[in-house]
Amino acid sequence: MSEVTSAGTKAEDGNKVAAFIRREIGRVTALASLVVIFTFFTVMRPVFASWANVSGGILMSTTVIGLMAIGVTFVIITGGIDLSVGTSMALVAVITGKTVMNMHLNVWSGILVGVLVGTILGSINGLLITVLKLPPFIATLATMKGAQGLALITSDLKPVLFTTDVKGWDSIAQGNIIPNFPNAVLILLISAIIASIILNKTVLGRYTFAIGSNTEATKLSGVKVNRWLVAVYALCGFFVGLAAVVMTSRLGSAQPDLGLGYELEAIAAVIIGGTSLLGGKGTISGTIIGALIMSVLINGLRILELQQEWQYVVVGAVILLAVYGDNVRRRRAGETTH
Amino acid sequence: MATTQLLSLSGVSKEFPGVKALNNVHFDLNEGEVHAIVGENGAGKSTLMKILSGIYKKDSGEIIYKGKPVNIPNPFEAQKLGIGIIHQELNLMPHLTVAENIFIGREDRFPGGIFLNNKKLISATIELLNELELNLNPNDIVGELTIAKQQMVEIAKAVSYRGSVIIMDEPTSSLTPAETDALFKIIRSLKAAGKGVVYISHRLEELEKITDRITVLRDGEYVNTLKTSETNIPEVISLMVGRKVDQDQRPENRNISSEIVLRVEGLSDNHLLKDITFELRKGEILGFAGLMGAGRTELARAIMGADPKTSGTITFRGTEVKIKQPSDAVAAGIGYLSEDRKRFGLLLGQDVTFNVILSSIPRFSNKFGFLKVRSAAGITRDAIAQLRVRTPSERQFLKNLSGGNQQKVVIAKWLTRDCEVLIFDEPTRGIDVGAKDEIYRLLTKLAEEGKSIIMISSELPEVLRLSDRIAVMCDGRLTGIIDNKDANQNVIMELATKFSDTATIAN
Repeated sequence: MSEVTSAGTKAEDGNKVAAFIRREIGRVTALASLVVIFTFFTVMRPVFASWANVSGGILMSTTVIGLMAIGVTFVIITGGIDLSVGTSMALVAVITGKTVMNMHLNVWSGILVGVLVGTILGSINGLLITVLKLPPFIATLATMKGAQGLALITSDLKPVLFTTDVKGWDSIAQGNIIPNFPNAVLILLISAIIASIILNKTVLGRYTFAIGSNTEATKLSGVKVNRWLVAVYALCGFFVGLAAVVMTSRLGSAQPDLGLGYELEAIAAVIIGGTSLLGGKGTISGTIIGALIMSVLINGLRILELQQEWQYVVVGAVILLAVYGDNVRRRRAGETTH
Repeated sequence: MATTQLLSLSGVSKEFPGVKALNNVHFDLNEGEVHAIVGENGAGKSTLMKILSGIYKKDSGEIIYKGKPVNIPNPFEAQKLGIGIIHQELNLMPHLTVAENIFIGREDRFPGGIFLNNKKLISATIELLNELELNLNPNDIVGELTIAKQQMVEIAKAVSYRGSVIIMDEPTSSLTPAETDALFKIIRSLKAAGKGVVYISHRLEELEKITDRITVLRDGEYVNTLKTSETNIPEVISLMVGRKVDQDQRPENRNISSEIVLRVEGLSDNHLLKDITFELRKGEILGFAGLMGAGRTELARAIMGADPKTSGTITFRGTEVKIKQPSDAVAAGIGYLSEDRKRFGLLLGQDVTFNVILSSIPRFSNKFGFLKVRSAAGITRDAIAQLRVRTPSERQFLKNLSGGNQQKVVIAKWLTRDCEVLIFDEPTRGIDVGAKDEIYRLLTKLAEEGKSIIMISSELPEVLRLSDRIAVMCDGRLTGIIDNKDANQNVIMELATKFSDTATIAN
């Protein structure tokens, strides 16, 4: 995604190809694993590969986690973490539902409220981390609990049933602008493309990598690191807001207690996709592949009628394998891992 | 030639809690001048540089820049004024490319200011690299470059700000002679363009080649400013340390026992080391010389079990020892003092006691696993006295000690562990002249007390001064082991550049 053309330098093509493979091998293996897992389930149960299952089952269930994981990818590349995305999503859903209901908003204004509230929650994380200088883990742990409570308080512990009041809210996720292709999946796809462009082609993306690679050096180079960090957490919040909108559309309501635990699935998708928890390295496409691997696994195991308890164990094993495999590859490539 | 003053500092002071880092220091810099600042570690060089580059704020004094008094409250302001700095510890983003690193914070954007113009970035980088005659590819990932090339990236970055003043803090500490010459060429062209360069280096022989004036600091005080053409290294050193230091010493002819403590036979690894065999005797200092990348550190790490070996045996006092990980080596009595103390040798955020007992914790804990605080502190106070570590107490944090004293603490750690064999990797890197001398005396004393020492060093005078025998490596092979009396710089360099030679090793 970030291949730059070599302009006028002595091309060491062989080296370049080798370097390219070395750099991309993480994503290539992730993609290969996805294909292998997919083929395995298809052979076991051909119905697995039916379009109805792929679009309505696998892709649809990837959308919410996938959107959150896109946001979390930015945060993790800076070397940070965001534990609050799951419960923030619940809070955004509740606030959006209440606002839409009380103010009789239409679909578009409702979506705007969702992403706006998400962005604000993300900015709060960013400000806690930069202004109060809290470690991201602590700051977002606090906002995670805070958002969980506030979602329950604002909703009076009840689901907010607002979608029937708004014409077209359910088609945000479930409609088909493209025939047989759920809108939610389209939203995820477009979000991934835009996020990838932001990460690789814009100033914000460049500083995301720079901060994760060496914060101090970035600061000394004259980059206003704190400001950009807030922007990164705000961007993460934006995608959380979008995830909340899609979630309410799919469920037909805002569920105040649904969201806790989603943050770990989003982080898992990012890690399986080859983004380094240490920062400085990562891709959006890897994250999407990571999210797909998880939903393919869950969906396939369910079709094989494996108990849910065991599904968790398998996902755990996959996370271990993915990260271990990445370590082995890096050691082979001679990168030091001190 | 009439000189115009670029920068002048007068009466600059800076105090940290409990330490007067700078006291009434003067310094000035003219256009087209290279002005060195020298002094032992803790003399105040870094503090002065950090004040100039906006990282610290001065407590008092005045800075005049281009005729006007200025304040430098932060690094951005320094950059805006045109004061650039090349940091001693490389300040790069390892995951980013050369071009991205050089222009970080100032990247070309398409109209609108959101999207990056990578084509322009690359062409600007190529232009800059060509101008500086640096052989770097703008698209290479910086973390995959050698340290020397990373240093070149830092230099290109500092020059790219097009400022009037460039501060270079130990720019040659990891460069080969050829690379150093390339750097000097760049400095000369900067001079010719009327820039002022502030040059900090521990390698005093460089000062004669490149600087116009030398300012000496000692203990935060201004000592003197000399014209390079009117002084010499011994004079500079005596100003720095306040006494004379002999540069050309050799070890006294000591009687080394014939007892072999450590024998390494046929050691190879999977990428560099090839069939290395040598012996280390009791009470001996065996120096390891060679160019950068010859494999000396790799050899030490392989002996310690820090990196895997593909073949070879290690015999300790006549018995073969299996070393699979560093704890095996330590258990056998081999201690390794890394060239990168801060990363591999010390816990900077802990106190002296903690560091000294780190390798010997079982000895300082009772059967319930509680630490014997008093005996640990006692041993540490003894070590502080014995090694003459300059610290207010055994409870001082390591990060507050100077480089030389930190090194002594690492030594104390291994002595406390009762190691028979000590492998020193660049024991005086980043340590100033006066403290170096003390480390030398300490190494000799340790050998006289019966410790066996392997000393890896890139400084030939240091190798010649301390080693009883000198092993020379080139390209992963041992190209020769010579007695000190047969050795001189020419012989060693010849062995160190014996590339492509497949002949077996004479021992």
